[in-house]
Amino acid sequence: MGWVSESLDSIRSLQIRHVLTQVVSLGMIVTSALIIWKGLMCVTGSESPVVVVLSGSMEPGFKRGDILFLHMSKAPIRAGEIVVFNVDGREIPIVHRVIKVHERKDTKEVDVLTKGDNNFGDDRLLYAHGQLWLQQHHIMGRAVGFLPYVGWVTIIMTEKPFIKYILIGALGLLVITSKE
Amino acid sequence: MHSFGYRVNALVTFAVTILAMLCAMASLSDNLNVPSPTAEVEVLNINWFQRQPNGNDEVSLTMNISANLQTVFTWNTKQVFVFVAAEYETPQNSLNQVSLWDGIILSKDSATFSIHTTNKYRFIDQGSNLRGKDVNLTLHWHVMPKTGKMFADRIVMAGYRLPEEYR
Repeated sequence: MGWVSESLDSIRSLQIRHVLTQVVSLGMIVTSALIIWKGLMCVTGSESPVVVVLSGSMEPGFKRGDILFLHMSKAPIRAGEIVVFNVDGREIPIVHRVIKVHERKDTKEVDVLTKGDNNFGDDRLLYAHGQLWLQQHHIMGRAVGFLPYVGWVTIIMTEKPFIKYILIGALGLLVITSKE
Repeated sequence: MHSFGYRVNALVTFAVTILAMLCAMASLSDNLNVPSPTAEVEVLNINWFQRQPNGNDEVSLTMNISANLQTVFTWNTKQVFVFVAAEYETPQNSLNQVSLWDGIILSKDSATFSIHTTNKYRFIDQGSNLRGKDVNLTLHWHVMPKTGKMFADRIVMAGYRLPEEYR
């Protein structure tokens, strides 16, 4: 009980200037995170520079919860690369490896076929009905870097939303009650 | 100033920083390794060679693939994905890459191998250009690290000329 009343006292004793400082510093944190994210988008040329692996279709290379860094350079797609692609009619992007490439001579357009390392067959069953190949516009980026386990934070937060609210609440309380 | 919260915060920040630095150093140390792998692919037999009803050529072949990729492995290597692709040019396409076989190597001990196999994925052209076509058989490998940057390289081996007639 002592802790609660103490916190209440500290909230009561806040002064307007102190509150403003807290708001500004909180804003700094949020905006700098946004700046880093948008900056990464510019540097990598990919609309989502970091993705979390959600399925086991690339095991044992990538497990659920691993993080991939994407890059979308001008260099053409080649067989063996791991690409992240969106299929029409599916919301969640897929991370799989390119196994076939056919590049047109005149237009430089590519036809790409992908497969998950841990899947038995290629991805034609995952593509839209009747779709045989992926084109450049389906591809969001190619994986260039890898970091294990870190993605579990996002997986847990999206699957157990109450943990997210508890975390945000605790952080907010900490910011409000902390004195500096 | 020296409250419990501040100490925990400092400790966690320090630990994460050290961990991030270790990951970065592990990834950077991969650059010190200069691999010198060897590989050989031999086409033993054309099992069949035909034109599909939709007009695309398809060929089935038996190969012998032997390679030594031990020098590709470092202490930061989780696995090496290795595949053999047929690469060729056609009047319509400036590059065709068709994966014929692939495998995952998990340890340095199993990085020397020799296998006898038919093509794992169907070798189908976009069109009917495979008769008498010279294809380059290339062995590619993609290194998946335990953490950090991924590497890839390849060895282009001697070309192989497909038969002039369907069989």
